Amino acid sequence: MEALLDIRELQTHFQTEAGVLRAVDGVSLRVREGETVCIVGESGCGKSMTAMSVLGLVEGPSGKVAGGEVRFGGRDLLRMSRQELRTLRGHELSMIFQEPMSSLNPVLTIGRQIAEPLREHLRLGRKEAMRRAVELIREVGISRPEQIADAYPHELSGGMLQRVMIAIAVSCKPKLLIADEPTTALDVTIQAQILDLLRGLQAKSGMALLLITHDLGVVAEMADYVIVMYAGKVVEEGEVERLFREPRHPYTQGLLRSKPVLGQVREELYSIPGQVPNPLELGAGCAFADRCEFAMDRCRRQEPPLAPVGSDQQAACWLHGKEG
Amino acid sequence: MSTYLIRRLSYMLLILLAASFLIFALYALTPGDFISGNIKLTPERKAELRMIYGLDQPLLDRYLTWMGNALRGDFGISLAQQKPVLTLFQDYIWNSFLLAAVSTFFTWLLAVVIGVLAAYRQYSWFDSLVMVLIFAAMSIPSFFIGLFLIKIFAVDLHWLPPGGMTTTGSNAEGWAYVLEVADHMALPAAVMTLLGLGSLTRYFRSNMIDVIKQDYIRTARAKGLPERKVLFTHALRNALLPAITLVGFELPALFGGSLIIESIFNWPGIGQLYMKSFGLRDYPLLMGFTMFIAVLTVVGTLLSDLLYRIADPRVNL
Repeated sequence: MEALLDIRELQTHFQTEAGVLRAVDGVSLRVREGETVCIVGESGCGKSMTAMSVLGLVEGPSGKVAGGEVRFGGRDLLRMSRQELRTLRGHELSMIFQEPMSSLNPVLTIGRQIAEPLREHLRLGRKEAMRRAVELIREVGISRPEQIADAYPHELSGGMLQRVMIAIAVSCKPKLLIADEPTTALDVTIQAQILDLLRGLQAKSGMALLLITHDLGVVAEMADYVIVMYAGKVVEEGEVERLFREPRHPYTQGLLRSKPVLGQVREELYSIPGQVPNPLELGAGCAFADRCEFAMDRCRRQEPPLAPVGSDQQAACWLHGKEG
Repeated sequence: MSTYLIRRLSYMLLILLAASFLIFALYALTPGDFISGNIKLTPERKAELRMIYGLDQPLLDRYLTWMGNALRGDFGISLAQQKPVLTLFQDYIWNSFLLAAVSTFFTWLLAVVIGVLAAYRQYSWFDSLVMVLIFAAMSIPSFFIGLFLIKIFAVDLHWLPPGGMTTTGSNAEGWAYVLEVADHMALPAAVMTLLGLGSLTRYFRSNMIDVIKQDYIRTARAKGLPERKVLFTHALRNALLPAITLVGFELPALFGGSLIIESIFNWPGIGQLYMKSFGLRDYPLLMGFTMFIAVLTVVGTLLSDLLYRIADPRVNL
């Protein structure tokens, strides 16, 4: 079966004074219908930019998608006209963001902001769209939907606003919802509710979910398939249980070791030594080599390709590569 | 809301009272008056006139008399024109208002459109060109640009009249009169627009640049809204909010007339009357006018606060 979203060798670059910054450098990934794929990685590893590139929301003029292919439902999003892409956005392909507090327009009512994509994409009339908006507010688990529809964003809490963002995103029944750190700005109890809501909506509508997060707890709870990114590249990917049980890339291993485990008492939580490299100063070798406890000479000379390591799992590391 | 209004209105009264004293004191302490400037009068006649006008009284008494009359709606009689000050305002202010209203309308319209487009295409050739032209327009003094346009369009090309509000000796009525006034207004309105355009365009451009970077603009795009809606529904409303403060300042500007432009184009407005009266030390008129501007300023500030409440749901008075 062809994947719903098929990203191949995506390159997203930013022109900076110090040179070209490869925010996304040859990322390939697939999301099948109804599936949940998580992209994990530290801040600045290019996971958000991958999502923005898919939607065509990379901010010009300094940033632009420089190469690759993004196929969605069989069509290449990167070669579409802006107009065509716009009719897909918020319709078949929608996105929610990290900061619900600032992601809604402060001077428009909640109802109007939910109604907008309905009017734009489904061509509903004003009244019909507002009626549907109230229904959507109820569907995302907010009580008193009629009053909320007339409220402004500053009158709602962060968790409620993220629910509203989700209502906007699912309003036109998208095939794929991209959620960029949807729970990071919320407090822990609300986080679980938002994830539950996403799972519930997914079960009802069968939409696929591309979830971007740095939180491995979220990954374990939500993902079918995991993609680990480091410095603009995919370093490991695999089916979630395999990857958590048998991480093959030293970076993934480090990430999993630095996650606190309930009931386990440790003096100090493990952290990967060193820092994320400056993306402008990447050499020829593996970007993780300087922080890797297994680094070999070869790692600094030559970049390891992403290669299969067992079934349903790939890693970009010379430890597992073919000899020679 | 009503407690807010009551509090605001009582503040306004206090401010205006203080302003009235300041205005009166400043004019009273300015050397020279309407009588001292007239060299044909003998010293005895001058003293006699001063007594008639009450100028020999102590400052505080004179202020109280003036204020007492003003509160009853009587701002006295213009010494030079021998007409009640308020009647003169009636005659001149609407001419000023007409000119200011037309040019304010065009200034805001153009500033919003150019500012939004320049911000949207920040650092493009269009943006750079706009910035250069705006700096040029802001740097050229009004008297120069006014005279320059008169030279080109009135003297050389004979397209537009050089000044005045109607053609001398004209008895046009109805539409013919409207057209005649519009014809005379074209040049002064254009100069006024040009002068105000620069700062306002820069203001809207920078507001818009800030707003375009906001997360909710990204959300609007992610929803698949057309750019036109993203810019004019989502961005512009937020970019216009801080401009409400300026609306308050526009109120005195609308009625206050323009000293220089009205003089250059011989427009029979309050600005020109004010200039003339100043030379003659026609204090009742000058004080009345300054007080009038003070009232408009205070009312304008209140108006902009109330507008904020309507336009920005986060503001609660």
